[in-house]
Amino acid sequence: MRWEWLPDYLPALAEGLLITLEVLVVSVVAGFALAIPLALAQVKGGYLARKLAGAYCSYIRGTPLLMQLYLLYYGIGSLFPLIPGARENLMWLIRLDAIYYVILAFTLSFAGYEAEIMRGAFLSVPGGELEAAEAMGMSPGLVLRRIWFPSAFLKVLPTLTGEVIGQLKSTPLAFTVPVQDLMGVAHKVMQDTYRIYEPLLFVALVYLALTYVIVQAFGRLERLVPQRRSV
Amino acid sequence: MKDLHKSFGPLEVLKGVGLTAQNGDVVSLIGASGSGKSTFLRCINFLERPSQGRIIVAGEELLLQPRADGNLHPVDERQLERIRARLGMVFQSFNLWQHMTILQNVIEAPVHVLKLPKAEAIARAEALLQKVGLYDKKDQYPAFLSGGQQQRAAIARALCMEPKVMLFDEPTSALDPELVGEVLKVIRDLAQEGRTMILVTHEMKFARDVSSHVIFLHQGRIEEEGTPAQVFASPKSLRCKQFVARLHS
Repeated sequence: MRWEWLPDYLPALAEGLLITLEVLVVSVVAGFALAIPLALAQVKGGYLARKLAGAYCSYIRGTPLLMQLYLLYYGIGSLFPLIPGARENLMWLIRLDAIYYVILAFTLSFAGYEAEIMRGAFLSVPGGELEAAEAMGMSPGLVLRRIWFPSAFLKVLPTLTGEVIGQLKSTPLAFTVPVQDLMGVAHKVMQDTYRIYEPLLFVALVYLALTYVIVQAFGRLERLVPQRRSV
Repeated sequence: MKDLHKSFGPLEVLKGVGLTAQNGDVVSLIGASGSGKSTFLRCINFLERPSQGRIIVAGEELLLQPRADGNLHPVDERQLERIRARLGMVFQSFNLWQHMTILQNVIEAPVHVLKLPKAEAIARAEALLQKVGLYDKKDQYPAFLSGGQQQRAAIARALCMEPKVMLFDEPTSALDPELVGEVLKVIRDLAQEGRTMILVTHEMKFARDVSSHVIFLHQGRIEEEGTPAQVFASPKSLRCKQFVARLHS
């Protein structure tokens, strides 16, 4: 094992870590926010809303994330010649840094998966608890905000931990478009120094540490409300 | 003040049932399963949409309009919410919010619906929990309480809204026999305080003791009604006679 390359590459690795974290945090937060209306559309929406949201989730869950990323990154650019005036007016979209496409693709993907999970969670909140809220004069928005969503969210927390970890482990796909995330930097180290195991071992440890942090953070959240025993 | 009456047209479960509860009345609805008594109670606060009828709470009539589904819908959701806030509902299955402590359950609607200052709501809630004997459980989550305790907490939750009328939907039917007493005691105390209550129950002895008025429902119609003495001791209708006799034996 030889680690003399490490000090030289530490700044690049730190930057890569930041990119990885940026993609993870933004896509998880924005994706989850998007998942809530998608789930509600399927649970409470009318025929059209239900079908559209369902179709979206099927598309996201039924196709590889890499393909979705390519479709956005390469696909949008290739659409432009078809739209009159797009080349002049929408050039900023093409010039947009690849990382925005990565974040967008990851957000849309996370939203699709979480919408499906939240759909189940919304349905699993006992109807009686919602009825009790309605009976006290709560408006539908208040019921959602104070009763339905918090209760559903607590139910998905254990699942969500795994989903976020899965999302973390998908982030290296970013380096295919190309965004220099943690994995991308490791790849560069391999090319520059011809060392294979050390850079990989190093990023493996970083990913493990991140996973540990995620598990701890969610564990803390879960303990806020004691789990319900079987009644 | 409180004047509640409603009637139904050609609805299958309820074929024209009405009742008026005056201030301080305790009205019990009795009858066999499927007689429509729970449906009727749930129509009062519109958890069930009637196909026809009128609902008047404390002099305010709920404005309704028929829709294509054959049911009445509120014209103004805000009005429905306002009227619901004046009706305290206690369910058979308690329906406490599992993700909140008992105290949080009790102050939730007063704070977010009535916009009561939190400190005031907490003071009110603690006094009520004291009254139903659950003050020491206020920071527990519902799942850690017995059925009887949960139902008493649910009663405190409804009372904290200072409702004009309390509605009880078979409040003891989901309880183990040894826990029924503690819940009935709380309801009995409320009756003695002069609270207006409408209650669906299978506890005949209890209904006879606390009610000012008893309604016997059969197949969606009022078969017999009157004071407990009339309904239980000398019912005019044969079905009511049979029903009451079965429970006496």
